[in-house]
Amino acid sequence: GGMAAAVLLLLLLATAPGPGRADAGQERRDTLREELLLSPLPTGDVAATFQFRTRWDADLQRGSVSHYRLFPKALGRLVAALGVRELHLALTQGFWRTRYWGQPPLQAPAGAELWVWFQPTVTDVDKAWKELSNILSGIFCASLNFIDSTNTVIPTASFKPLGLANGTDHHLLRYAVLPREVVCTENLTPWKKLLPCGSKAGLAVLLKAERLFHSSYHSQAVHIRPVCRDASCLVVSWELRQTLTVVFDFFSSGQGKKDWSLFKMFSRTLTDTCPLASQSKVYVDISPKNKEKELLEVSPHPTSVHEAVVQGDKKTYAVYDLLSPSLFNTSRSLNVQLKWKRPQDSSEMPVPTLHAQRYVGGYGLQTGEICTLIYNTHPYRAFPVILLETVPWYLRLYVHTLTIITKGKENKPSYIHYQPAQDRRRPHLLEMLIQLPANSVTKITIQFERALLKWTEYPPDPNHGFYVGSSVLSALVPSVTAMKDMDVEQSPLFTSLFPSSDGSSYFVRLYTEPLLVNLPTPDFSMPYNVICLTCTVVAVCYGSFYNLLTRTFHVEEPSRGGLAKRLANVIRKFRGVPPL
Amino acid sequence: MAAAVPGASGARATAALLLLLLLLLGCCGAALAGSPQDQAEQFFRSGHTNNWAVLVCTSRFWFNYRHVANTLSVYRSVKRLGIPDSHIVLMLADDMACNPRNPKPATVFSHKNMELNVYGDDVEVDYRSYEVTVENFLRVLTGRIPPSTPRSKRLLSDDRSNILIYMTGHGGNGFLKFQDSEEITNVELADAFEQMWQKRRYNELLFIIDTCQGASMYERFYSPNIMALASSQVGEDSLSHQPDLGIGVHLMDRYTFYVLEFLEEIHPASQTNMNDLFQVCPKSLCVSTPGHRTDLFQRDPQKVLITDFFGSVRKVEITTETLSLERDVAGFESKFPEEELATEPLKYAEQLPVAQIIHQKPKQKDWHPPGGFILGLWALIIMVFFKTYGIKHMKHVF
Repeated sequence: GGMAAAVLLLLLLATAPGPGRADAGQERRDTLREELLLSPLPTGDVAATFQFRTRWDADLQRGSVSHYRLFPKALGRLVAALGVRELHLALTQGFWRTRYWGQPPLQAPAGAELWVWFQPTVTDVDKAWKELSNILSGIFCASLNFIDSTNTVIPTASFKPLGLANGTDHHLLRYAVLPREVVCTENLTPWKKLLPCGSKAGLAVLLKAERLFHSSYHSQAVHIRPVCRDASCLVVSWELRQTLTVVFDFFSSGQGKKDWSLFKMFSRTLTDTCPLASQSKVYVDISPKNKEKELLEVSPHPTSVHEAVVQGDKKTYAVYDLLSPSLFNTSRSLNVQLKWKRPQDSSEMPVPTLHAQRYVGGYGLQTGEICTLIYNTHPYRAFPVILLETVPWYLRLYVHTLTIITKGKENKPSYIHYQPAQDRRRPHLLEMLIQLPANSVTKITIQFERALLKWTEYPPDPNHGFYVGSSVLSALVPSVTAMKDMDVEQSPLFTSLFPSSDGSSYFVRLYTEPLLVNLPTPDFSMPYNVICLTCTVVAVCYGSFYNLLTRTFHVEEPSRGGLAKRLANVIRKFRGVPPL
Repeated sequence: MAAAVPGASGARATAALLLLLLLLLGCCGAALAGSPQDQAEQFFRSGHTNNWAVLVCTSRFWFNYRHVANTLSVYRSVKRLGIPDSHIVLMLADDMACNPRNPKPATVFSHKNMELNVYGDDVEVDYRSYEVTVENFLRVLTGRIPPSTPRSKRLLSDDRSNILIYMTGHGGNGFLKFQDSEEITNVELADAFEQMWQKRRYNELLFIIDTCQGASMYERFYSPNIMALASSQVGEDSLSHQPDLGIGVHLMDRYTFYVLEFLEEIHPASQTNMNDLFQVCPKSLCVSTPGHRTDLFQRDPQKVLITDFFGSVRKVEITTETLSLERDVAGFESKFPEEELATEPLKYAEQLPVAQIIHQKPKQKDWHPPGGFILGLWALIIMVFFKTYGIKHMKHVF
């Protein structure tokens, strides 16, 4: 009896901690942080940037992972199967006006942009790239399957990896941009489905398509990269960032008033937090302009105020922590409102240190010229900038006409990489490292000739024109305030996308406008016209000659008539009337 | 899993017994003709196990807004009645919702005064804009797709699938125009359906077309189990329904407008049959005469339910047995391979390493022997040299 009881007790003790140990040992290996940044822009518009970051403390590349929790399985399997080290996909509608809105936190070119670093173990990078673009086109309902060798380039100096990197052999990098790509609800739907809470809880309830696409700029992106797990950086974690930036227009969405609120922007308010998120915050940029007192008033009262050096400038943010219990105490919904205390002086719009524009010059349908203007408005500091231009093969660039002029004098770039195009196989790639002197405008011009395509190569709407993708400017812009090295985990998400190396300057990547050029377009009804005309001429001429030469004439006896006619003639003879 | 199998075989056994009983009663000549036979027939009504839909809009440009609205309204009905996105291949030749000319972005309306937004919030378009070509359409139907095509772009039907194919756009006598640059003829379409039949890619197929002279497109079908509907006969034009003055274009075509009204009444359990769909748009409402073709179809249209094609009705079996699942979540976590720690800390790459970039050595190009013009030029130079100086002087040269 006692022995049995003792054995039973031992058994119980042995098995009892089992489920308990499973619960305790089951550390949450993936975490979700979500964040919304509202920044009023100098022109009265407001920019809202959503960032959802899932960090997974597991190595996707080694071993076969079968249990996915917060990290979406579609992307995890993609990374593991194709040997992807970094993936950046952005779908954008509109253009970020750097001159009027300031430096963007993260900009993307109009259309679809995809750039990927592969692992060194991948043997056939082009094949993996093609498969990757096809799979992504299925996941995001975008025509990424049109990415092929005619629009893919291999940059040598731009697009260094944003994640942990052992070496940077640029043959593992591929970059492609599809400027004609349309972004609409069908691209937003699968993007929302990748979020752990979907669009049902947390910050993602604000993402309603009807409001998001009625905007000046809409950009959604997916970034996957390996990051340091902790400060010592000996183990790798995988990070998935989904970002969505939208700029609401002062006139159409704001109805001409500069006061904004979450309800006015998204027609929704925040009601609860995503239960899977470990951090969920709303940041509002209340930085004073020109070192004056605060002009912007936010309500309800923020949970805390955070100061940080972002993009080289000291900024102040009002923080609403959705996980703090005091926030949803009074009402179940949070509607952040921004009001200006006194009307803004519109003449003092701050000019960003680096901005650029690009346009097509020339006239006619034979030749043209691409001009890029890069402005450095810093009063005394010069800095280098890398310009990457990808031009399709049907605009034949003449590199001997490339001129770079700064302040009236020629500016020789420190590094040029030019890869000429091959018809129907490869686009032009031009990469230059240019030093921009302080307070200057640099003009880069290059002439091109328009090619005549084969008539089957024209798209169904050729008179719309052909797009040339945006050029990319990567620069280390000197900061106004030195940046301190902060812990990546504690700082807000919008400061930690680009790894900062040096406090005195910050990295920024800008895109210029895409260009729309008309190629000489044939009249597509001409084959039909030619066939009709030729056949008519042949029929009339040849037919007439043939008839003349081969027609013979012979006399024909008049027919006696049918039975009815003969009977009628008999009757007429009886009547004495002449026969028929 | 283990509990489900005896349940299923039990149901089959009882069904077989029931049928046997009915047959005995029937051949005894009792006056029980009405209900049990109907019940048995109801149980074995349609032989399909899954539903697919291929919805194609073939027109480009803003003034063809109504064709996109047509396709999206059929998409909306089909989704509402139960076919999931993974079983719908939606092809839209142009983007109307986010078109810069659309005064209400991310919406496509079907009724004027913006009553019904058929675009919705949860739409997945599989083939967009330039991807909608005759070649892609025929490849989707016949299954001859390049291997790298993702699953959402494939029609993975089998021999027990009922497929709904809806096409709209501009058409003529015997052809349908794709994107203003190519056409598909009725012969090609009929051959594609025959390929599908020979590869056993469908059980039954419903083909609906809303174009001018739409009946010409189904004249040439010759494969079995196809039912076809068209919005107008040969020689007639299909007309559009109503313009919206705010958007500035016609919103829907008449035939699809009334089909949408009809489908809004259908719910997943409704018993409406195909004959009602044939009566949907009489000449007084549609101005054109809708036509249909059922001679290739084996079942009586009276007995074919609308939900056989537009919905995804599944036969559900309720079991009263309970299953208990083992809670072994710890096993998952421990399956992660042991991570090896790096010996030295990893670091991020420098974003703009100016010194490194300037001193990048240019890649040595592989040497290729000269070809073409250069080779000809050198050959000419060498020939002239030998002609001038003669071969016997070679030893002086070298």
